[in-house]
Parts: sequence; structure tokens; C-alpha cells
Amino acid sequence: MIVFHVNGKEQRVDVTPDTPLLWVLRETLGLTGSKFGCGEGLCGACTVHIDGRAQRSCITQVGDVQGKKVVTIEGIPENHPVKTAWLAQEASQCGYCQPGQIMSAVALLAQKPRPTDTDIDSAMSGNLCRCGTYGRIRRAIHAASGKASPKGGKRS
Amino acid sequence: MSDVTRMSRRQFMKTSALAAGGLMLACHLPLGRRDAAAAGEGEFAPNAFLRIGTDGSVTIIVNKSEMGQGVYTSLPMLVAEELCCDWKRVTFQASPVAPEYNHTQFGPIMVTGGSTSVRSEWNRLSLAGAAAREMLVAAAAQEWKVETAVCRAENSFVHGPGGRKLDFGSLASKAATLPVPKEPKLKSGRKSLLGTPAKRLDSPAKINGTATFGIDVQAPGMLTAVIARPPVFGGKVKSFDAAKAKAVPGVRDVVAVDAGVAVVADGFWPARKGRELLEIVWDEGEGAQISTPAMREEFARLAATPGVVARKDGDAPGELARAARRFEVDYEVPYLAHATMEPLNCFVDLRSDGCLIRTGSQFQTVDRAAAARAAGLQPEQIIFETTFLGGGFGRRACPASDFVIEAVQVAKAIGKPVKVIRTREDDMRAGFYRPQWHDRVAACLDKKGYPLAWHHRIVGQSIMAGTPFESMIKNGIDDTSVEGAADTPYAIPNLQVELHSPKNLVPVLWWRSVGHSHTAFVMESFLDELAHAAGKDPYQYRRTLLAKHPRHLMVLETAARKAGWGKPLPKGRGRGIAVHESFGSFIAQVAEVSLDSKSQVRVHRVVCAVDCGRVVNPDTIKAQMESGITFGLSAALYGAITLKNGRVEQGNFDDYPLVTMEAMPKVEVYIVPSNEAPGGVGEPGVPPTAPAVANALFAASGARVRSLPLTPDKIRNAKKKG
Ligand code: FES
Ligand code: FES
Repeated sequence: MIVFHVNGKEQRVDVTPDTPLLWVLRETLGLTGSKFGCGEGLCGACTVHIDGRAQRSCITQVGDVQGKKVVTIEGIPENHPVKTAWLAQEASQCGYCQPGQIMSAVALLAQKPRPTDTDIDSAMSGNLCRCGTYGRIRRAIHAASGKASPKGGKRS
Repeated sequence: MSDVTRMSRRQFMKTSALAAGGLMLACHLPLGRRDAAAAGEGEFAPNAFLRIGTDGSVTIIVNKSEMGQGVYTSLPMLVAEELCCDWKRVTFQASPVAPEYNHTQFGPIMVTGGSTSVRSEWNRLSLAGAAAREMLVAAAAQEWKVETAVCRAENSFVHGPGGRKLDFGSLASKAATLPVPKEPKLKSGRKSLLGTPAKRLDSPAKINGTATFGIDVQAPGMLTAVIARPPVFGGKVKSFDAAKAKAVPGVRDVVAVDAGVAVVADGFWPARKGRELLEIVWDEGEGAQISTPAMREEFARLAATPGVVARKDGDAPGELARAARRFEVDYEVPYLAHATMEPLNCFVDLRSDGCLIRTGSQFQTVDRAAAARAAGLQPEQIIFETTFLGGGFGRRACPASDFVIEAVQVAKAIGKPVKVIRTREDDMRAGFYRPQWHDRVAACLDKKGYPLAWHHRIVGQSIMAGTPFESMIKNGIDDTSVEGAADTPYAIPNLQVELHSPKNLVPVLWWRSVGHSHTAFVMESFLDELAHAAGKDPYQYRRTLLAKHPRHLMVLETAARKAGWGKPLPKGRGRGIAVHESFGSFIAQVAEVSLDSKSQVRVHRVVCAVDCGRVVNPDTIKAQMESGITFGLSAALYGAITLKNGRVEQGNFDDYPLVTMEAMPKVEVYIVPSNEAPGGVGEPGVPPTAPAVANALFAASGARVRSLPLTPDKIRNAKKKG
């Protein structure tokens, strides 16, 4: 039995410890907001926070999050400044990459409340978007800058 | 799940439960109710596209698949404009598959493609809104016992004489009893919603994780499958041993299907682990012979021989033979994968008398028919639900219905609801690519330096060949192979375009902008070469040759002006320009690039001007241009699918890279005001990007690279040749 917290709630899952966290979230816990894009840590669609840091859940074994705090897109409050900025900039296109993008952005702003373009490049370049929403994401991050809750990813 | 489909789902479950219970009833899925989106109690449902609740809620049923392009907003806007409702009351639902939702131009199929959603639905949806408005006005007029002429609708109210007003909700039930007008009249005068950047209705669901994509579909008792696929195209399973795979905890079954060997498990992970342990002997067949270098040679050989003539003005070969100086070059572009962010997947719940399919499809009627054949059912027995699509770009409109058929076959073999998921590698290697192309172009110039003759041979696989659309190949010409070249607007007195359509086992498909994705690169690059050879400015050169094409000219001039064409740039930077018409829209782009120390192209800025006719939502148009440019950049800078011993050499984003945030240039989009018929926006942003970047690369470095992607190796070689 592996025990960890997801969006503030304790979860006990009975799966083999080498199962990637992504599939435990999606299939065992039904939290399908975190997406599968590559399975190799190359696209960022599966990004979640583990103890406050943005991590790729597709290459994180669930056995390694034992006792840790995981936040997924479902745990970001609706009124979070990043979400508000995303809506204002109409960042989404197909939307598939967006939960991962938002999780990376929330983590970035929690760490650096006023990121520069270079900070955005380095924090966000692991999150691919086939639809090409990068310009809007950059604007949204700047718009949310200075407004994000310091911890980021607080539970609603 | 939407209400529209919940209705049909309920019926499906009910019917299936009866069947499972063994009742001897003729429990076919009730046909009539499922043909269109069902209306609820007391709702006003004047047509297949619109429901107005007694609470005033407006539900617009959208027959196009949402894959990023914003159809869940732009199409409702068309209805809402004419309905004169409060936009804040509008929600959307995905339509079921039914004749009412067929494409207005592409024949009896429901399909999203060809950048046609807005242009093909503009009239039908405007009329749907207008009809409903007239019925609501008539209902109010009857209520007040006045003429309809003295009543008008605005913002979800009908206003009558003496300041009377009634809201749509309170009129819904009465309106539902009135006859549907045969010839509703469209609003005259100013539009209130069209032309405004209305917020996307689907954005909230897409940023909180609740939007359901095909891969998110879950169902009670559902299993998950991954398929071990042949390593080469056309390969078959000879034999397999599943003992080790079956020993993996969570693996439930291993079954052979046409696509390969499916490992079915409680979830994705055990299925994938099981797949790794399968022992399969493949019959590779001739697919193992395919290699990219050999294919390139074959294409080059073909390019040296006459092909089927697609366009012939004057006598291009004759003029070229007489010319004192001729320019002759070869252009090449590789196979490309669509690489939608959401890998292909499909959920199937197959019962003896019906079937539920939930997936992200652009090609519902075709996929449903294919599923029916695979399942041994009639198409009408299949409920086919369209989820959100995590990208489409043409991949989810596959005449072979590959990802649907394989899921139906797995479901049939195991007798349980199942979702087949492709890994990224499966998705990348299972084919259906933008064809590889080889173009040989020769030209000579007149005394003033403008093209006198242009002789163009195109070599590449036909997308239509071998599909149900083969009949669209006329006189040996698949239009999608030559579009953008055979119909070039440039004033060239002697023009000849020829086509070779070699066949091989690599499956090809339309890829965002289809033929234009390669022809624009060739046309716009070679024209640039000719301009430089003539010692002329490439922008002015184009202007002269497009003098009779005002829409081309307007976007060209707008892009050049906004980009500061001709103004000095920092050292090492260059500007390139390209203009191309596709899908009824006209687009010019100016790219600004430099080379880094590793000879990698850095794109700093792309300025885009678009004339797509009348505008529904300007923000959507901008977003689609940004999107097309990014898509075009990935192809220009990195994209290539290559084969060795029949095996696709790329598998994931490490060897098939996409543009990242860091590599993304600043993009500016300018919409040229236009009253012309609406054009498409999903695809036309792509074609000008690669040539604009390649032309800018030449301006920056003197390297003329005639092959995509523009890799450092090719750039260094081109520089050496100088
Ligand atoms: S799915 Fe995890 S990084 Fe791509
Ligand atoms: S919005 Fe489609 S992949 Fe980013």
C-alpha cells in the first residue's frame, strides 16, 4: 500500500510501486486532468507538483511519492491568478497541454513571483504545445506575475 | 458527457441491459430518437442546432470537432448573432452523428477538415438562428395580439409596443408549437456579436482539467489495451508467445488483431509492461526494404522524367530550351508526423446489438461505418460520441479509420469495454504522414528579370489513391499533390506543372494544409531565388508578379510594412517574405532570423497578415495564425520522419522535436479588413512559414537551403557552396 496526499487528501493505493504516478492519478484516482503526451519526460503534459515542485508524473514512480504531497490541475483553485490570466489571454487551443503548462507556470510563479522572459523560457521549455500557444502563455504568466499565491497550487 | 448524448447513452444502456438479461425482445437501438440531438421536456428545438430552455438557456449543438480551432465558440456565434440572444446564456454541445450534421459541401459525411467549419456552416447556422428568432418573435406577438412587425428580438428578449418585453425562456414553450419558417430572413444592419473577440466557451473546461479528451474516457469495467505493432509497414504477425506478458499482474488478455497483438490489462501500465514481454515473430514482407535514402534517389530519378501534366500555359520546356540562362534546382521535404499532443486512442463498448464509441474523431461518419464493418453491425447501431480532440491536424480524419477499427477489433475479441491507447512511439511510427516530396523546378527570366518560363515537376505519393476518395483523382492528378503550384497566381507566361505519384507502403494523409505545406515552400523559395538572381528586391518582385491579385497584394504589403521591410537589421539578421493563398484565405508572412554559433536557425520574429474574408471572431483568427506559424516552424526547423530497413527512425519528441517556448519567436498577426466570403483559418497559416524562414536564412547568411528541415548540416553545406 502506498500512501500519499493528492490535492490535500490522503490516498492509499494498492499498485505496483513502479507504476508511474501519472497512471495512478488518471486511472486509479480518476484525476484525468494530468495528461499523457510522451511517457518519457519530454513534453510536460503530465506535470504535477510534488512537495511544491513541478515534476513529470509520467517518469515518477508512485513508490517514490510515498508520504509526499502531490497537487494536480484539479487542485488549483478556480480563482487562482494563473487560471484567471490564462482565461484573459485565451491561452488554450486544443487544451491538451494546458494543465501541464499551468502546473509549470504556477510552480514558476511560486518560486519567482516576477519571472523574466528568460526565467519563463527555462521553466516552460519542457512543456510542449503542438497548437502553438506559447506567446499567449508567456503573456499570461507575465499578467499573473506578482499576483500568484506565494505557495502556489493551494487546494481550493 | 453532454445531455444530447446522455439521452442516447441511456437508451443504449437500457437496450444493452435488456439484451444481457436475455429478454426476447427486438431491442435494436431506437433509431428515430437518435437521429438528431434529442430535445428535453418543454425545450424549444426549432432545428438540429439549437435548443432554448424554459429558463432561457441557449444550447448550440456543434457538428464540428473541437481540436483547438475554437469551433465550440465560432459556430455558436453564428447562431447567436441571428438569434439575438444574450451570449452569456449560450453553451455548446457536441452533436451526435446524424445526417442533419453532415458537411454542407463534402457529401453525406460528418467531417471536420479542409478549414471549412465556419465557411461551410455560415449560412446554415445563421438561418438556424434566424428561424428560431422569428418563431420567438411570433410567439410574443401572439401573446400580445400584435403584428410581428412591431416586435423585435434583442439580447434574449422580444420587445413589443409600449415597452412590453418577454424573455426567450418564457416564450420557449409557445414558440415550440409554431411552424418553422421556411425562409427566415437574416438580420439587416450591424452585427452585434460577429467580429468581436468573444471569449471561448470551452476555455474554462480546458484549464481546470475537466475537458474530456478521448484518452480520458472511463467506463465501469473498462480495460485498457496497447498494441504491439509490426516494425515495418505491411508487416504481419507470424506467431507470438504471450506467456510472459500474461504473467504480468493486471494483464487480462492478449489477442491478435489486424494491427498487431493487443495486450489488454486493468490499466495502461500493466498493458505496456506486458507488451514489452511479448515474443512475436513478424512476417515483415517487402516493407523492410524501404529506406529514406533509396526513396529520395527514386524520387529524384522520377523528377528527371516527364510526369502527368497538371497545368500548361504557353511552352515552358520550349522557352527553357532556348534560354541563354536557366535556373534549375531540386527541392525536397520529408515525411512528417502530425504528432498531436494527445496520442491516438479510442474507447469501444461493443454489445451484441449495439456499440458505443467515444473518441476524438474528425471523420465521424467514415469512422462509424468502418467500426460497423469491424463489429458486424449496422452504422446506425453505433453511438459515436465525439470527445475533445487533443489536436487533429488531419490525423483524426483518416479514411482508413485505423485507430477506430483496431479498438473495435480488440473489444470484439475480449468481449469487454476497452480503451486502446497508443504510446507516443506507436503514434509516431504507425504511419499516415504528410508525404515526402521531391520538386524539380526550372525557370528562365525575361529581359526585365521576371519569370518567362517555369517548369515544375512534383514527385510524391497521392493521398487520395487507395482511399474511398480515389475518384477525386482526375486524369491522373490528385489535386492535393499540386495545389498551390498548379494554381499559382504569379504572372508567368509559360508555366508547366507535372506530377509523378509513386506508390509505396508508407501510409500518407492530409497534414495541416495538405499539398500547400510543400508547394508553398517550393514556389516561394524558388521565386525568391529568381528575384535575387534578377537583382531585385524579393518583396517588390512579388508585388509586380501579383499586380492583378489585390488580396495577395494587400496582405503582402501589410506584412512588409508592419515588419519594417527594407529597414536595417542588427548584423547577422535577415528578413524573408512569403505569400500564399490556401483554403480561401490569403496570408503573407515576414520572418526575421539569424544563425547561432552552431548554425542553428534562430527565428526572432514572424509578422503575419491575413485576409480571410468576413470575420467571426478576430481573436480566434489570430490564435489560428499563431498556431499555424508554430506548426510551420516545427516543420521548417526540425521535422522529419525517416525510414531505415523499413523502420521509422523517430519515436518521441527527442528525435521528432517541436518548437519550444524558448525557440518561439515573437509573432504579430494583422487581420486585413475584408468583406469577401469567409475563408478558412485552421490551415492557411502554415504554408508561408517555412519559405519565409528559408528566405530569411538566405538573407541572413547567404545559405540557400532547398530541403526541409533547415538543419545546421544543410546550412553549413549550403554556405560552403555559397
Ligand atoms: S507525458 Fe510526461 S513529460 Fe510527456
Ligand atoms: S493547446 Fe493543443 S497542445 Fe497546447
